[in-house]
Amino acid sequence: MVDTAIGREPIAPAEAGEVELYHPHSWITKYVFSQDAKIIAIQYSLTAMAIGLVALVLSWLTRWQLAFPGTLSFIDPSQYLQYITMHGMIMVVYLLTALFLGGFGNYLIPLMVGARDMAFPYLNMLSYWTYLLAVLVLVASFFVPGGPTGAGWTLYPPQSILPGTPGYEWGIILMLASLIIFIIGFTMGGLNYVVTVLQGRARGMTLMRMPLTIWGIFTATVLALLAFPALFVGAVMMLFDRVLGTSFFMPSLVSMGEQLQYGGGSPILFQHLFWFFGHPEVYIVALPAFGIVSDLISTHARRNIFGYRMMVWAIVAIGVLSFVVWAHHMYVSGMNPWFGFFFATTTLIIAIPTAIKVYNWVLTLWHGDIHLTIPMLFALAFIVTFVNGGLTGLFLGNVVVDVPLSDTMFVVAHFHMVMGVAPIFVIFGALYHWYPKVTGRMLNEWLGQLHFWVTFIGAYAIFFPMHYLGLLGMPRRYHEIGQTSFVPESAQNLNVFITIAALTVGAVQLVFLFNLFWSLRYGRASGGNPWRATTLEWQTPETPPPHGNWGKELPVVYRWAYDYNVPGAKEDFLPQNQPPDWGTG
Amino acid sequence: MGVTILFFTGLAVIAVWWLSTQRLTSKPWLEQGPAGEPTGTGVSSVPIAKVGLGVLLAAIGSLFALFISAYFMRMQLADWRPVPKPTLLWINTGVLMLSSAALQWAQAMADRDKVRSVRIALLGAGATALLFIAGQVVAWRQLGDAGYFLTSNPASSFFFLITALHGLHVLGGLAALGRNIIRAWQGRDLPKLRLGLDLCSLYWDFLLLMWLVLFGLLLLS
Repeated sequence: MVDTAIGREPIAPAEAGEVELYHPHSWITKYVFSQDAKIIAIQYSLTAMAIGLVALVLSWLTRWQLAFPGTLSFIDPSQYLQYITMHGMIMVVYLLTALFLGGFGNYLIPLMVGARDMAFPYLNMLSYWTYLLAVLVLVASFFVPGGPTGAGWTLYPPQSILPGTPGYEWGIILMLASLIIFIIGFTMGGLNYVVTVLQGRARGMTLMRMPLTIWGIFTATVLALLAFPALFVGAVMMLFDRVLGTSFFMPSLVSMGEQLQYGGGSPILFQHLFWFFGHPEVYIVALPAFGIVSDLISTHARRNIFGYRMMVWAIVAIGVLSFVVWAHHMYVSGMNPWFGFFFATTTLIIAIPTAIKVYNWVLTLWHGDIHLTIPMLFALAFIVTFVNGGLTGLFLGNVVVDVPLSDTMFVVAHFHMVMGVAPIFVIFGALYHWYPKVTGRMLNEWLGQLHFWVTFIGAYAIFFPMHYLGLLGMPRRYHEIGQTSFVPESAQNLNVFITIAALTVGAVQLVFLFNLFWSLRYGRASGGNPWRATTLEWQTPETPPPHGNWGKELPVVYRWAYDYNVPGAKEDFLPQNQPPDWGTG
Repeated sequence: MGVTILFFTGLAVIAVWWLSTQRLTSKPWLEQGPAGEPTGTGVSSVPIAKVGLGVLLAAIGSLFALFISAYFMRMQLADWRPVPKPTLLWINTGVLMLSSAALQWAQAMADRDKVRSVRIALLGAGATALLFIAGQVVAWRQLGDAGYFLTSNPASSFFFLITALHGLHVLGGLAALGRNIIRAWQGRDLPKLRLGLDLCSLYWDFLLLMWLVLFGLLLLS
């Protein structure tokens, strides 16, 4: 082992005065209009979970309607479309993106790279309040005449802004406005995450010593900063079409017997813009999940991550590739078959770095000292689920298979597995993992076990049969299937089964929420480093870390983030800020 | 989407160059001890605010690249009728160049500690930028008088949309410029003023470049 630093004095830590810190003076500036990334992280997380709960309830209603059509009289076809639209958009943008980047990004970046706070704390605060405004505008669409938009979460024109689509009056306008506000707010936050990783790292924290969590969040933020503008452009142009009567996306058409004033626009143009955002969005959610799950596995299997360099390269490669696959969402849009061939190829290529990551996770577990803690269970569940969802992705990535399966429940099952269930598992695992650092208390283990097993088995009970329904040809977005020649009546039993599973999984999330609040008060005290982890956030002098994180002296980093079970070391883990001359012997 | 892919390729080249300076092939599990001097972390000596602005410009650049991509795609459709280009746009272009030049001058004067000249230069930059905005609004009116409105045809829709978006970015820059004008008048914290001018100047040059690209696009079609 190359040990260059033995016998040399470590470099003196930076003094506290080096960074300008904003010091709050009142309760309001400390907890409400806070500029502390940790408070902002909690604000982001709670807001995201609150709006996510709305989306969860919407999914219950949709499932209820599919299993027992007509029993809830208020769910008419319009309502149904509105539910699925809002469910999708909230989950993808307002929950997953906001929670991974705004929540975990804010909490973990400064702590894990050894900074006192984000690079631009004021901008960071603005970012949260802009996000909250976006959420409120979105929620407002439930209360306007006509209700929220029912255009489907992809908002494809021309139908999304035509009379007859639910939410034509106000819903679509508020949805587009909310997205625009969200993107502005996100950009403010995203600048912080990127610049803090670039410029805020503690001494000794080279890029290749960063935990993979930070690599994942960092790369995802870069993707988001570059991809969200596509949604912004699409949303602005559609807003112009809807409100001011331009024809960016709108062809000339007759609606309800009337010739509309639109003419000549291209709906496909919107699809290009939407998916130029939409596909990177998958990785905006997946890359932080990849990073976090790497750290969970390494910590809870007490083993260094296998192939760290390759993990980093894979994250960067996936980030780059994610920008050249967007049109695989558009195989049925009538595109040139050669384009389809190109995008099918890039789509399959992206499986290579992804598979490298999966192999490395499994190899990290190999001969590891696996502790089946709740975070570990969720991490394992993620690997299995991501492989499952990824494999159906290979099906759908091929044009000839995609065309017949397009717009069926197979697609719904695929993307829920790969970008719904899998990232949510990581979010749960991460919450169980970092909750002790945020609150100083452990989440209740038994409630956690209950939560995990019901969620894990339940998720498979929901989405495995759904693939089969899709293969039968059951279409997505239909309020009621009715009598068809190709869907047998027994499929309805499967629908009932899925719905019961979905309601059960939904109910157990309430147990989790209860656990979050109950443990705040009654949880077992955790101490500063309950998982005996190496990364910097567990080495703070106080738990929960106060404003400024590190007390008087910033940490100095001496090693990478994965020194578990180093031969000859006294403990089975060596924190990143532990000097080399003691511990390794 | 060719323009966007081209823009992103440019960004990718920068990213790869930067990553190549970060020892991505090192084997962190074999290394111990502080990685040399503080610069050993790969943190650059560029001020944090400037790095932040650089990242912001990448995001804004992506926004304009996507608009231009959409412009090209929409242009190929049958109903595209080019809009006339008011001569005023040439004058506006010159005014924006003057504004950028004034900021360069302000920077040079700040380096020589000539605060009085900095103030004049900054006021000049602000006034010319405002004049640019006013000129754009007048150009809109001229187009309107000639019968080209937002909804008349896609070319004119794009013209109004893109110029409005560019104008909004100039207005945002003016807010930052305002803060620097206040700083110049107080004249207390010269290093901070220099940094502020550096950032403003970079942003202005970027907006000028964007305008030249957009204007070129309008002229071509």
